Amino acid sequence: MTAASSRSSRRRIAHSAGRLAWPIAVMAAAALALLVLPLLALVLRAPWADLPGLLVRESVLQALVLSFGTALAATALCLVLGVPLAAVLARASGWPTLPRRLLRAAVTVPLVLPPVVGGIALLQLLGRRGLVGGVLEDAFGITVPFTTGAVVVAQVFVALPFLVFAVEGSLRSANRRTELAAATLGASRWQVFRHVTLPLVAPGVAAGAVLCFSRALGEFGATITFAGSLPGVTRTLPIASYLAMQSDPDEAIALALLLLAVSIAVLVGLRDRWLPGVRA
Amino acid sequence: MSRRTRRTRRAAPVSALALAAAAALAGCATTDASEAGSTDAVPTTVTVFAAASLANVFDSLAERFEATHPDVDIVLSSGGSGALAQQIVAGAPADVFASSAEAPMDTVVDARLAASPTVFATNTLELVVPAGNPAGVAGLDDLGRAELRVALCDVSVPCGAATSDLLEREGVTAAPDTLEADVTSVVTKVMLGEVDAAVVYRTDVIAAGDAVEGIEVPGAASVVNRYPIAVMADAASPGSAAEFVAFVTGADGRAALDAAGFGAP
Repeated sequence: MTAASSRSSRRRIAHSAGRLAWPIAVMAAAALALLVLPLLALVLRAPWADLPGLLVRESVLQALVLSFGTALAATALCLVLGVPLAAVLARASGWPTLPRRLLRAAVTVPLVLPPVVGGIALLQLLGRRGLVGGVLEDAFGITVPFTTGAVVVAQVFVALPFLVFAVEGSLRSANRRTELAAATLGASRWQVFRHVTLPLVAPGVAAGAVLCFSRALGEFGATITFAGSLPGVTRTLPIASYLAMQSDPDEAIALALLLLAVSIAVLVGLRDRWLPGVRA
Repeated sequence: MSRRTRRTRRAAPVSALALAAAAALAGCATTDASEAGSTDAVPTTVTVFAAASLANVFDSLAERFEATHPDVDIVLSSGGSGALAQQIVAGAPADVFASSAEAPMDTVVDARLAASPTVFATNTLELVVPAGNPAGVAGLDDLGRAELRVALCDVSVPCGAATSDLLEREGVTAAPDTLEADVTSVVTKVMLGEVDAAVVYRTDVIAAGDAVEGIEVPGAASVVNRYPIAVMADAASPGSAAEFVAFVTGADGRAALDAAGFGAP
């Protein structure tokens, strides 16, 4: 290597320490454009003048009420079931490898699974001819698919992992010594969990619940496959938006804006609490 | 939801590449040979957007068309007609559009993306129940029974518009449990036994085979869906697209459509 070339390479190093190579900047800009431009187009092309009229349509209000109701119910169910599961998962580090990995995989699968697959799987379990659904129908006359309950079940299936992982993360980073101190002072396991652990991880639980809610609100594939699409009963905002796109694109855009507004509100609500331990 | 895209001759691109390479090599020797080669070598792709109810019959028609037109590759995309029309208006690269009703085709014609569609088939509605008719459904009136699980097409798609028309004419108030985005989703729910009864096209009942039973209903003959087909104004290869449309509307197409249960226009 000549002196000139080594000098120039030193210059490059000094230069690149401060600034990114241009291809990286270009790709990053393209990535940002891909994320932001479609949403910007949605906002710019929205029929703003007709929006108030579109948003008070009965079909829109019905979907809005149903979506919020089911997403709240799903979030509540996720809290009741998910916080204990997160507690188990956080303690599982002491388990043998195989059950520990199986447990983690079971919680992760719905996160990476296409939601439609979740819907098909739910039908195989809870459908009229499903493993459990058949028994429910024959013995109790209960049919799960095509009910508002089915919407909640589908939402819990896809949203639960979000809550579990958020809570598990904060449980792991919580200070165990406080729990030990409470236990030494005679608190029962339940009292320790209720009065020490839970308040410690409250921010993680709140962040998990908000993520869980927004995921439940946006659920589409599992819901339309498992619960169907009936106004006021199972037709949530995303399904109503998809159907409106077939006949009334303006209504579809209005519904899409509504969902976007809720998502942004969730983001603002979360602020820097995306996930515990990951602070922007 | 039920969008299917198929490419019937998977080997085509590879053989095309080989032929193109051969043509290029031949081109080194004589210019004439290269020109003659290139007209045969590159297969023309014709993208056909077809209503969900046409998926099966167009699958077999596309295969037969390709057998007699080795230079053409038919790519079929099927879904709800309304959704397909919206996709075309939004710029989806369709060469041919076959709709299950005139309204979605009108959307495309109004956008000046197609002119003078031809009606090539008709379809009527039927009641459909899972094999064995577990709920003992006899007629349209049963759709109002609250204890039955009933699936219908949403009114925003052609089969739903026709269904609502039929029910209104027959004075039936249905109590549906789900209103689906396309007819194939309705048929699937019947095949799975998740619903006790549904209203779908006659042709869907035939296509579903032994998994379902069709029940003819009075008044169905008065609600007829007319299926228009047209070559798109901006088709990449209008010649081949028009040939495919002629094939569908011609004697071969008629025979296949008859066999599938479609009526003549």
